[in-house]
Amino acid sequence: MTVIPLRSSVPARLLITGVALADGTTTDIFVDHEVFADPADAPDDVERIDGTGLVALPGLVDPHVHLREPGREDAETIRTGTAAAARGGFTAVQAMANTTPVTDTADVAREVAGIAAEQGACEVVVCGAITKGLAGEQLAELGLIHRATGTQCFSDDGMCVADPQVMRRAFEYVRAFDGVLAQHAQDPRLAGPDACCHEGEVSGKLGLGGWPVAAETTIVARDVELAALTGARYHVCHVSARETLDVIRAAKARGVRITAEATPHHLLLTTDLLTGYDTTFKVNPPLRTAEHVEALRQAVADGTVDMIATDHAPHAPQDKDHAFVDARPGMVGLEQSLAVVVDTLLTPGLLDWEGVADRMSYAPAKLLGLAGQGRPVAPGEPANLCLVDPSARRTVDPADTASLSRNNPYAGRDLPDPVRLTVCRGHVTYRR
Amino acid sequence: MRHLLSTADLARDEAESILDLAEEMKKVQSRRVKKLPALRGRTIVNLFFEDSTRTRSSFEIAGKWLSADVINVSAKGSSVSKGESLRDTVLTLSAMGIDAMVIRHPASGAPAQAAGWTNACVVNAGDGTHEHPTQALLDAFTLRRHFRAATGDPEADWSGRTVAIVGDVTHSRVARSNVLLLETLGAEVVLVAPPTLMPSGVGTWSCRTSNDLDAVLPEVDAVMMLRVQRERMHGGYFPTPREYTVGYGLTRDRLALLPEHAAILHPGPMNRGLEISADAADAATSRVLDQVAAGVAIRMSVLYHLLGGDEKIDATSLIGTKGQTA
Repeated sequence: MTVIPLRSSVPARLLITGVALADGTTTDIFVDHEVFADPADAPDDVERIDGTGLVALPGLVDPHVHLREPGREDAETIRTGTAAAARGGFTAVQAMANTTPVTDTADVAREVAGIAAEQGACEVVVCGAITKGLAGEQLAELGLIHRATGTQCFSDDGMCVADPQVMRRAFEYVRAFDGVLAQHAQDPRLAGPDACCHEGEVSGKLGLGGWPVAAETTIVARDVELAALTGARYHVCHVSARETLDVIRAAKARGVRITAEATPHHLLLTTDLLTGYDTTFKVNPPLRTAEHVEALRQAVADGTVDMIATDHAPHAPQDKDHAFVDARPGMVGLEQSLAVVVDTLLTPGLLDWEGVADRMSYAPAKLLGLAGQGRPVAPGEPANLCLVDPSARRTVDPADTASLSRNNPYAGRDLPDPVRLTVCRGHVTYRR
Repeated sequence: MRHLLSTADLARDEAESILDLAEEMKKVQSRRVKKLPALRGRTIVNLFFEDSTRTRSSFEIAGKWLSADVINVSAKGSSVSKGESLRDTVLTLSAMGIDAMVIRHPASGAPAQAAGWTNACVVNAGDGTHEHPTQALLDAFTLRRHFRAATGDPEADWSGRTVAIVGDVTHSRVARSNVLLLETLGAEVVLVAPPTLMPSGVGTWSCRTSNDLDAVLPEVDAVMMLRVQRERMHGGYFPTPREYTVGYGLTRDRLALLPEHAAILHPGPMNRGLEISADAADAATSRVLDQVAAGVAIRMSVLYHLLGGDEKIDATSLIGTKGQTA
C-alpha cells in the first residue's frame, strides 16, 4: 500500500466496474485524469478495478485536522498528515491554525499552503486564527489571510475565544467576505487548564479536574446570539454534549447561520476509558458518557450536526507520557474516521451511504467553500473518490499508520477497514 | 498484592491482614532494637514529586526498620517543565533494579501510570486529589484500636459503625481512600461538606452525604475532620473561614453533640480554630496523635505485604524469632 503526494504523481485513468454509488445504484465509473467521464468512452486498455460489492463515495473532506507543521514536525508534517488523510479516504482537509508560529498572518498561511501544494497527498485548506497568537485579544490578519489563500474559515481551535466583545467584532469583520468563525467552545473559567475529564461520576472518583458540559453549552449559546446579531456564519467545533445540541437545534430553527461538527471519538468512546489514566484518551473536549454519545449519534442522523470532523491531533510520545493532567490533549483520527462512522451510524441505520457522503464530504466542502470537493461521483465532476469495501474489518494497530504519531484511541479495537482506494483530482493517493 | 494504588484494590481479608500485621509491627516499635531483617537486600525508592516531610519520613523509617535500603528522590516541580516525562523518570529508576517505588505526586493517577511502566511494586503515597491509601489504612488501624479499647472486645469489628468524614471532600485524597476502605471493612460512611466541596457524582457513591453536621454528629462512632487548604479559603468555595467554621467546624459546642465514645480524627496538619477547635483536637477521644504513631507500623506492614514474598504472612514467626535476633 502506498500514499503518494499529488505533486509527485500524474492523474490516472481507471475504470471501476459494477460499483454501487451512495444512492444505491450500480454503475461503472471512469476516472479520466482529473475528471469523471462517461464509462462508454473508456479505452479498452485502461486499468480496470472490479467494483463488485464496493461503494463509491465522493472524496471525503475533513474540516478539522492538526498537521503540526510548522513547529512540531516530530509529531506530524503536512506530508505525513495528508498521507494519513489519503489512507482515510480524504481528498481535502482543513489544517487548524495552532501551529508554531500560529497561522495569524498571511505569511504563515502562505507558507503552509505552499508546503501543502508541494508535499500534500490531498487538498489542504489553511484555517486562519481568529486572534493573534490565539490569545483571544486582538484580531489576527483575517482579511489578509483570506486574500492570501482564499480561506473563509477562522478558528482559535485549542483555545476558546472567550471574550464576547472580541467574538462579536470578529463576526462583524468576516462578514465582508462571508467568512465563518469556528469556535472551540470552552469557557475558560468553567473549564480551566486542569479540566481534563468529563465532570461527573468518573472525574469525582478519579480526582481529575471536571470539564462540565455547561462550559461548552454556555459559549455556544452566547455565540449563537452574536451570530444572530451580526448575521455572520458560525461553526461549532467538535460538539460533545447533549445540551449543546439542543442549543444548536434551536438556533437552526431560528434561522441562525450555524453549522456543527462531531468527531468520531465522541461518537464511539466514553469517559469510563479514563479509569486507568491512559493519556491516549485525554482529549479536549473530553470523552463524555453514553447518553451524550447516543445524543450525538442522533444529532448527526437528524442533521443537527452537519458533518464529521476528526480533530486529528497527533502528539509525540513525550507529550503524552506525563501525569494525566499534564499530558497534551488530543488523539489521531484520520485513518479510522470512516470506520467509526460505519460502525456507529451506518450499520445501526442512522445514516445511509448518501447520508455518509453528505456528512463526510458535501457538508464540510460547503463549509470550507471548496468548489471542487464534495461533488457527486458522476461524469463531468472532479475525480475525487473514496472507494469503500463495506465488509472489510481489522484490529486497529497504532503502528500501522501513515501518521508520525501513535496516539490512537482505537488501538486493539475491531473496526471496519473500509477504504480501498482514494483518488484526488485523478491522482491515486492511496490504494490497497 | 502487586501494588497499592487504591484502597479499592483491597479485599476485606487483605485489608484486615495489613491491619493485623501492623499491630505486630507496632509492638516492635516499643523495643529498644527496632530493626527486623524481613526486607534485607531489597531496595525501595521514595519518589516524591511533592513535599511531604511526614509521609516521606514515615515510609523511610518503615523501610529501614524492615532492613530495606531506602533512597529518597525528590522530583519536585512538574516533569513537563523539566523536559523529562513521568514515564522516563519511572523507567530510569526502574532500570536501576529497585524493588519498590513509593510515589507521591500532585497529579491524580501518576502512581497508577507508573505501575504500568515498571516491574517494581508501586505504592501510592498520595496522588493529587485521588487517593492516599496508606493514610486510610492508618486511619482504619487507629479506629479499630479505638473501638476495641472502648468496647473492651478485642475482636470488635466494623459492623454497625458509622464514620463521618467532614470538609473538603472534593479535593481530599484522604477522603476517597477512606470511603472505599471503610466500606470494604463494613463500616457506614457519611460525607459532610458544603455542596461546593462535594465531589462530582457523589450521588453514585454508596456512602451517605449531608450538608448538616449537627444532624450527623449524634449518630457517629467517629468523625474525621479534613484539612481546609489555604488556597480554598478566599471565597471560591465558601465565603469566609468564619462561615466555614460555623457550618462545618468541629467547634467546642459541637463536641457536646458527639456520643461520648466517638473518636476524633484528623489527617493533619490541623488548622486549629478553622476545621477543628483546640478543644476537639486535644479532647480525650481525639486520636490525632495515634494516627501519626500508626503511620510507620502501617507502612511497614504494607511494604512487607508487597515485598515480603508469596508465603502466607506469619506475624509471630516474623517478629517473634527473627525480630529478636536482628
